[in-house]
Amino acid sequence: MATQPLLQMPATPERLQREESALYDRQVLDYIERAAATGLYEIRGLGAKRRLPHFDDLVFLGASLSRYPLEGYREKCTTRTILGTRFARKPIELDIPITIAGMSFGSLSANVKEALGRAATSVGTSTTTGDGGMTLEERVSSKTLVYQCLPSRYGFNPDDLRRADAIEVVIGQGAKPGGGGMLLGQKVSARVAAMRTLPEGIDQRSACRHPDWTGPDDLAIKIKELREATDWEKPIYIKIGATRVFNDVKLCVHAGADVIVVDGMQGGTAATQLAFIEHVGIPTLAAVRQAVEALEELNMKDKVQLIVSGGIRTGADVAKALALGADAVAIGQGILMALGCNSDSYVQGGKHYSAEADYRRLMTAPGFCHHCHTGFCPVGVTTQDPVLEQRLEPEVGAKRVRNYLKTLNLELTTLARACGKQNVHHLEREDLVALTVEAAAMARLPLAGTRWVPGQP
Amino acid sequence: MVRVVRTGQSAPAQFDLSKQSVSELNKFVHGHLEGVTEVRVENPDGAHSIAVAVDAPLRIEIGGNVGYFCAGLNKQATVMIDGNAGPGVAENMMSGRVEVAGFASGGAGASAHGGLLVIHGDAGLRCGISLKGADIVVGGDVGSFSAFMAQAGRIVICGNAAEGLGDSLYEAVVYVRGGIRSLGADAEVQPMGAEDTAAVTALLAAAGIGHPAREFKRVGSARKLYHWNVDANQEY
Repeated sequence: MATQPLLQMPATPERLQREESALYDRQVLDYIERAAATGLYEIRGLGAKRRLPHFDDLVFLGASLSRYPLEGYREKCTTRTILGTRFARKPIELDIPITIAGMSFGSLSANVKEALGRAATSVGTSTTTGDGGMTLEERVSSKTLVYQCLPSRYGFNPDDLRRADAIEVVIGQGAKPGGGGMLLGQKVSARVAAMRTLPEGIDQRSACRHPDWTGPDDLAIKIKELREATDWEKPIYIKIGATRVFNDVKLCVHAGADVIVVDGMQGGTAATQLAFIEHVGIPTLAAVRQAVEALEELNMKDKVQLIVSGGIRTGADVAKALALGADAVAIGQGILMALGCNSDSYVQGGKHYSAEADYRRLMTAPGFCHHCHTGFCPVGVTTQDPVLEQRLEPEVGAKRVRNYLKTLNLELTTLARACGKQNVHHLEREDLVALTVEAAAMARLPLAGTRWVPGQP
Repeated sequence: MVRVVRTGQSAPAQFDLSKQSVSELNKFVHGHLEGVTEVRVENPDGAHSIAVAVDAPLRIEIGGNVGYFCAGLNKQATVMIDGNAGPGVAENMMSGRVEVAGFASGGAGASAHGGLLVIHGDAGLRCGISLKGADIVVGGDVGSFSAFMAQAGRIVICGNAAEGLGDSLYEAVVYVRGGIRSLGADAEVQPMGAEDTAAVTALLAAAGIGHPAREFKRVGSARKLYHWNVDANQEY
């Protein structure tokens, strides 16, 4: 039986009202709907997704008449990078200035950690442990391994400290400056739990401050302890999330760092609150410039090395970071993507298999996934699941990461040669201009085609 | 203050920190010890990082007050401090024994994985923070936020505990003889079982402190913070 319409509308042409609010757009509506439904903030992985001034907003001024380029592929262009020359008896020597950022076993599978070690070793760079200690797999597979000392101290012990090639004291990370680590229960497997001295399967929230010191004066004493513990042999890095970078870098120098790692707000995480990821910290572009200025003001440029991370994706990003004054970069998310993060397939026994159904199960799709926190990574990268982790074969992962790092390094030397540099560390600010007023202001570079540097007379 | 009494052993290695550096001492205790079983450290004068990262069954006696991180990262060694200790004494200890005759400052035994830390006087803020399996016995009181996020191990407090005891505790257990000014989030007083009585008795005996175990209360985790979504009204 057909029902009668309650009200007969006049027969005018249909015209849907579609005036979207900029303030309450679909993303915000989705956010409010979700908050109202769950009463909990959203937790996710990876880094800031919003558009920010970045290295893309800078371009190189290649050589032409006023300076001449080097022949690509023919003339020498070195990439050798030395870190930790200030106090350590055994500085780190790398073949390329592109390192692998700290990512924990727990957030990543043991296979992935092994793959990263193999890849880093084969291209002559370093890899880094994370919040959860050092695994045997990564120590064995990594020629140069940086050992993190984090607020949680999960799995931290003197034997691994002695086995490490450098020590990184983590104050914060770009994705969540001021926040501690987080690892949801699905990823706290028996092995992860044992390494972290936690009950299996609990939602782990780690401390945001170190347990045995507070403030820069204490940090200076803590660093001396780590040096005493290792007989002044190993370089000590301090990693900070980019916020008050100018002051923090000066305090890192004061505290006795050999190397300072500055992680911008585009830096990734395995899991943290969305509010943190998108709303705390400053962009990498602004952070590099502030860090370099702080080192220059203290006359410490080249004495204390600077590693920059947070959204380094391409060889051009690396080259621009170096030109702005970084000595090296660290990459996390790009490495995960090289392993297959957000790819529609995974490789098993030399064949590609579709992962789309598993993305759908996470209510997402390849290209949009940030569900590292769930532990159900469809391509086996950010998981502890015994089935899913098999989807990343260490040999395949190592090869992909090696290829990715090689590509970045080729692009880096290509750009350096085009700017007439025989050494990638000779890239300089003078080689760059900005495409946007924002980038020009943050990087303090002239807007392209002008002599105007915002904020300067 | 309890004085540390030297026992037996002839001719310990001697270090005078008014003339030698802490680095010399640490290098020595990290090196080939060639039969040395005892080290005597004079004039510590509050120096930081004395006897850190030792990995040998040494007995190290320190005649005076020490600064930050004394006996940090210790393995196997027995370190006797005949004075007061600055922040982070025995931090991240893995095994062995560290004994403070006087008071200890903040973060005593922070993140220690194993071994026994005995403090005969009071301990400051955050005693046993992030504890990962070591045992701590405090003869006096402890400051605020002691046992914060302590994951495993046992803390015996013979005196009183200040605010926020055991905040966000995991599986570590705290025994308190005196008053507790307040408990931290997710910490609760739990009944003392036979195992608890035995544990307290054994730890007090190991520390050389005489109190009956029945005078102690047990504080453990209510485990309500273990899972993010426990009381949340999740749609999915």
